[in-house]
Amino acid sequence: MLTWLSLLFLALFSGAAFMLGKRRAVKTAGGAPRVLHSLPGYYGSYAALWAGAPAALLLLLGTTFGGRVEDAMLQAQRPAVVQSLDVDRQDVFFSDAQAIAQGIAPSEVTYEGELKAALDVKVAEARRIENLVRFSVLGLSGVLALSGFLLAFPRLSADFRARNRVEGWVGGLLMASSIAAVLTTLGIVLSLVWESWRFFQSISPIDFLFGTVWNPQIAMRADQVAAEGAFGAVPLFAGTFLIMLIAMAVAAPVGLYSAIYLSEYANRPVRSVIKPLLEVLAGVPTVVYGFFAALTVGPLFRAGFNALGATMVGGPLDGVGQYLMEVQNQMALVAGVVMGIMLIPFVSSLSDDIINAVPQSLRDGSYAMGATTSETVKKVVLPAALPGIMAAMLLAVSRAVGETMIVTMAAGLQAKLTVNPLDTVTTVTVQIVTLLTGDQEFDSPKTLSAFGLGLTLFVVTLGLNIIALRIVQKYREQYD
Amino acid sequence: MTDAAQPAVGSVRAPLTAQQVAMEARLKKRHRAETWFKAQGLAAIIVAMVFLVVLVGRIVGQGYSTFETHTLSVPVYLNPERIDTSDLEGVNYDYIVAEAMMKKLGVVDDDLGLVSGKVMDLTSRDLGFQLLNMLKADKSLIGKTITVTGPFKADADLYFKGEIKRSTPQEDRKLDDQQLNWLDQLKNDGSVKSGFNFAFFTHSDSTEPEQAGVLGAVVGSAMMLLITALIAVPMGVMAAVYLEEFAPKNRWTDVIEVNINNLAAVPSIVYGLLGLALFINWLHVPRSSPLVGGLVLALMALPTVIIATRSALKAVPPSIREAALGVGASKTQTVFHHVLPLAMPGVMTGAILSLAHALGETAPLLMIGMVSFVPGVPEGFTGAATVLPVQVFIWENASERAFHERTAAAIIVLLVFMIVMNAAAVILRRRFERRW
Repeated sequence: MLTWLSLLFLALFSGAAFMLGKRRAVKTAGGAPRVLHSLPGYYGSYAALWAGAPAALLLLLGTTFGGRVEDAMLQAQRPAVVQSLDVDRQDVFFSDAQAIAQGIAPSEVTYEGELKAALDVKVAEARRIENLVRFSVLGLSGVLALSGFLLAFPRLSADFRARNRVEGWVGGLLMASSIAAVLTTLGIVLSLVWESWRFFQSISPIDFLFGTVWNPQIAMRADQVAAEGAFGAVPLFAGTFLIMLIAMAVAAPVGLYSAIYLSEYANRPVRSVIKPLLEVLAGVPTVVYGFFAALTVGPLFRAGFNALGATMVGGPLDGVGQYLMEVQNQMALVAGVVMGIMLIPFVSSLSDDIINAVPQSLRDGSYAMGATTSETVKKVVLPAALPGIMAAMLLAVSRAVGETMIVTMAAGLQAKLTVNPLDTVTTVTVQIVTLLTGDQEFDSPKTLSAFGLGLTLFVVTLGLNIIALRIVQKYREQYD
Repeated sequence: MTDAAQPAVGSVRAPLTAQQVAMEARLKKRHRAETWFKAQGLAAIIVAMVFLVVLVGRIVGQGYSTFETHTLSVPVYLNPERIDTSDLEGVNYDYIVAEAMMKKLGVVDDDLGLVSGKVMDLTSRDLGFQLLNMLKADKSLIGKTITVTGPFKADADLYFKGEIKRSTPQEDRKLDDQQLNWLDQLKNDGSVKSGFNFAFFTHSDSTEPEQAGVLGAVVGSAMMLLITALIAVPMGVMAAVYLEEFAPKNRWTDVIEVNINNLAAVPSIVYGLLGLALFINWLHVPRSSPLVGGLVLALMALPTVIIATRSALKAVPPSIREAALGVGASKTQTVFHHVLPLAMPGVMTGAILSLAHALGETAPLLMIGMVSFVPGVPEGFTGAATVLPVQVFIWENASERAFHERTAAAIIVLLVFMIVMNAAAVILRRRFERRW
């Protein structure tokens, strides 16, 4: 609230600086703006920027990092009675002190005797620190705004190159925005690596990558009987791979054939109807596919397999029949097929672009030799488009590996090492979701393992994308 | 000449040589292969379209019945013996409603309260709340008979819609034969009315299906999308302008470009992990708030906005820039006064499409705690909120059958929003796009 008010105030101040700067520029020009180096507005903007921007930046930094500074200052001194507590309890103590100081409901832990006294001291200290941090940020930004204006204002004269200066600011802002995109990558990598590092301190990376048992049911609190969790991720990789294979078995042929049909056979009206419809299929949120898989495809496949099994029971294939009778809704096949449906428009639109990029002269040459359309496609167009199509397939694989909602809703949670598509399997993404939904402590290997899985997922998808890019770069034919 | 030659060839046909026979056969085979290949392509299209029709058809088929609801009007005698005026909150209004129902149905309660229990299973608790609110407003109503109108319990509603059938064996359905008879009786005496389910759009999530609606989720989605748009669109456009118009072409900008293309392909769940580690654990942004959701989705949408803006800027011909520079505009003026306005339709189209994608995103939001039950409209940008796709996920997990119907209805609402956004993008592109 205070921040918003001060930002509003700053905006007003900056607006005033704009007017003053503009007026001063015109005045120094003797009322004839055409002798100015820049348009009068630039002089105003220059003053306004110096008055507003540094102070606004400080205010934003203050709201973002103020809480962390307060925490650090509060925890700089730990009374002996607090130090005797567990590390976890110490954190609870300090967060309670903060909560009481800010008037939020603290945790349910009760404090007595010496600890209560220490808490009261810390609450008072927290209030003091909060005020200190808040008002020093406010005061400092006030000083910045004023001094920025006072520095900029006297420089405004007819010869002052205000436009170039303002454009310098604009250029800096633009550059900062594009650096933010790089910082996002850095943030992803750092957060994944940092949390994974903490995970790999308790579980060795070898066990994680090559272990065949996944059972992260580790004790959540210290006083529980500690069941040693098993963090071998091979069953998850196998499940992900199985579902990906099924999805690609659906998406690759259907997507590729429909792209070929659309670009080589279909006439314009057909294309103008089918392409938007495929885009609709591509725009459907994945949670909708998940719902479709869980409540329509799952029961349908189960009923189908059970009926098929019923006809086999008692015959020569009795064992298979018995098995089919007991198939459940949550099988790899359901998640794989629905994911394949989701990928059809992705494969098809990428392949379509690539096939259209093959020059018409190649087709014309083939037709001139008497080839039919299908021969042209198979012997000329597809070989020319092959690197691009390979890259498209790899991108689709990367999508399938990273897809979350369909598998979360339709694949199941049991980590099994199996290649049977009728069995229930789990995937990397499903486990990340399961491990991290709901409240849990952030220091147990159980929650941290999600970051280990996330890092693996990130590396694999990034690798697939880079390979796809390399294939296109290396094998692309230059026709013109 | 040729005119004269042709009939001759047609009429006097020389016997085919062995070579020609083989060629004819090959030709036939090739044409068969051609037809077969074309049929395969057509089959692929048909398969894709069938999937689309089945997907949309199933969801509409499961969800449309939610938009209809049945309400009950029943005269309730506000029995002074049962209402303690000093403690209005503590009165068992559900039982008072059940009494009125039993009177209407002509049945009496037994000692164990089994009959009244069965009757209470038919009507929503909303009726009781209505009585409470009326009494709070006006205590003089006690002792009078007033008519209240409210929804049925979800199962009774499903029976009226034909989703629960009498032909199902009694053990397999929620309502027994006696309850179904009562419902028929109520329907026949005209106290049941069907109408559009406004409650679905004016209520938020609830544990009781007949009271659950999408308002909270729609508002949450709107707030989150606002944050996403305010961050991702300006930042993405500025970054793209820098990379396309200002940046020197060197190794650094190449790195940035490859980096952005790769970011666009990072699985969305990884952004959820980033949000959890960075925004929640490090910066202490409140969990499950529209603010943190919007930040995560903004980071996710940023690369797509940048890519779309860059291609829109590329499409503006160099002559525009040269003309502006030629009359003395600076580089910055050229870009902001001429190039960017001309590229704006393309920029907006790309921005809307990536926001539509963000609207449907679920996985990263599960990571940042948006799966919690939020029975109301979010209180602010830092309060707990839920959004439409997550609401779909939550309801899909619920066991009651009526929630599945509502899940499909929430999906219909979500799809309508997405179609509106996509249509806006298409219209924008059609109306304002210029070909140079």
